[in-house]
Amino acid sequence: MKKTLDATGLSCPLPVLEAKKALKELTAGQLEVVVDNTIAQQNLEKMAKQLGLEYELNTISEDRYAIVITVGSGEPQTPTAQPEKEAVRGDEIVVLSSDQMGAGDPELGRLLMKSFVYAVTELEELPAKVLLYNSGVKLAVKGADTLEDLRKLSAQGVEIMSCGTCLNFFGLTEQLGVGSITNMYEIVQSQLAAGRILRP
Amino acid sequence: MAQLPKVQDPDFLVGFDQSDDAAVYRLTDELALVHTLDFFPPMVEDPYTFGQIAAANALSDIWAMGGEPKTALNIVCFPEKMDLEILSQILQGGSEKVLEAGAVLAGGHSIEDDGVKYGLSVTGIVHPQKIYTNRGCEPGDLLVLTKPLGVAIICGAARVGEASQQALQKAVASMATLNKYAAEIIRKYPVHACTDVTGFGFLGHLHEMLGGERKAVIFSSEVPVIPEALEYAAEFLVTGAAQRNRNFLEGYVEFGPEVHFSMEEVLFDPQTSGGLLVSVPKAAAEDLLAELEGLDLPCGIVGEIVDEQEKEIVVK
Repeated sequence: MKKTLDATGLSCPLPVLEAKKALKELTAGQLEVVVDNTIAQQNLEKMAKQLGLEYELNTISEDRYAIVITVGSGEPQTPTAQPEKEAVRGDEIVVLSSDQMGAGDPELGRLLMKSFVYAVTELEELPAKVLLYNSGVKLAVKGADTLEDLRKLSAQGVEIMSCGTCLNFFGLTEQLGVGSITNMYEIVQSQLAAGRILRP
Repeated sequence: MAQLPKVQDPDFLVGFDQSDDAAVYRLTDELALVHTLDFFPPMVEDPYTFGQIAAANALSDIWAMGGEPKTALNIVCFPEKMDLEILSQILQGGSEKVLEAGAVLAGGHSIEDDGVKYGLSVTGIVHPQKIYTNRGCEPGDLLVLTKPLGVAIICGAARVGEASQQALQKAVASMATLNKYAAEIIRKYPVHACTDVTGFGFLGHLHEMLGGERKAVIFSSEVPVIPEALEYAAEFLVTGAAQRNRNFLEGYVEFGPEVHFSMEEVLFDPQTSGGLLVSVPKAAAEDLLAELEGLDLPCGIVGEIVDEQEKEIVVK
């Protein structure tokens, strides 16, 4: 997932300052910063270089220049850099099949689920997808106390996919607050193709 | 400037074709005129302080040539709708610095403009045999710098609310200080070359001083710097002008692995009303520095002119 920051019309050091702020919020993915002169582009390049981040420079037009900075696992790293990753092929996905974590007291289960979703947002490497089905879809609807965290994940490039049949069953289709609606075929495919599946 | 016709006049001693600090015209064997002017938009909020800095900056070129300022004329651009009290404070700051310089504020010219700009046209005098040009470094010379670097990084950081009050105060104190006092000390020593460090940054003005003939080693740990500038540069609060300087000088400068990125930025940082950079024989440098240390600002022996070296400037 790529986030774009329009820093045209800003003079140095503002583009770099804005880019730094945006990078802080980005744990994985790509940040594209667009500026209107090559000097600002070069200052952004210096920053990326000093931070040890991968980047690419693009000229969009005569007065629009971009740098695309890659953070975390936004792009596949060299195999030697992450040897343990090599053993597992495919994305990491999180499957939420209930609005509660574990079986037992429902109130405790909902509380645990809220902190589980929060913990996912704090992961150093974010999953590629979060799949929600059965009562799990209730976590992604308006009014849910997990909605904010799921939106945070979505903003950082994590795909949030909720089962359409399930939303329909609970009459919550109109209330979906984040991500997209998916079907059984995708739910099966995503889990089949996944490298790791994390369940609460 | 290269497009302009070259002037053939034996009394026109120093002109723009030598990229020196000011123009020098000989009147008699004993007396030459030194001319310079500079003006720019504000780099600090306070109008009075801006006036002081702009004047200190414009006057500086006279001392960099070994001269004494005699008369100054205000150059003013000011928006029609802006409060005239602001202008009055700018002019107040400027006139106090002209007075401190020992010169006379003789008049000026103002025009209406979208933004504020202020500076001076300054005329000084110098003995034709005692002009300090920016060329003339000799191998073995040591380089002395009389003010700390990093003022543009700090002003830039202040503009986006990222500089501390103390850092800004140090930068302002440095910029508002006249190079007069350092020049009075330098005059007592055998000067091979002298310039003031301004828009092209320390390395840019050093490059001009070396004039394609000499080479220099810079001792980065000896370079006087406002410490917060290093801190802000490490946070990438860097200026566009420093990057332009870097682009221009890239082929001439080599940085040792021990030189941190933030120090590189400081060495490219454009200076407003920067210090004098002087090339003196090794034997004179220590005494010169000891005397300069008696003034208020950080200074140092920052480098040496060398013979054998591939790159023009090596920073260690």
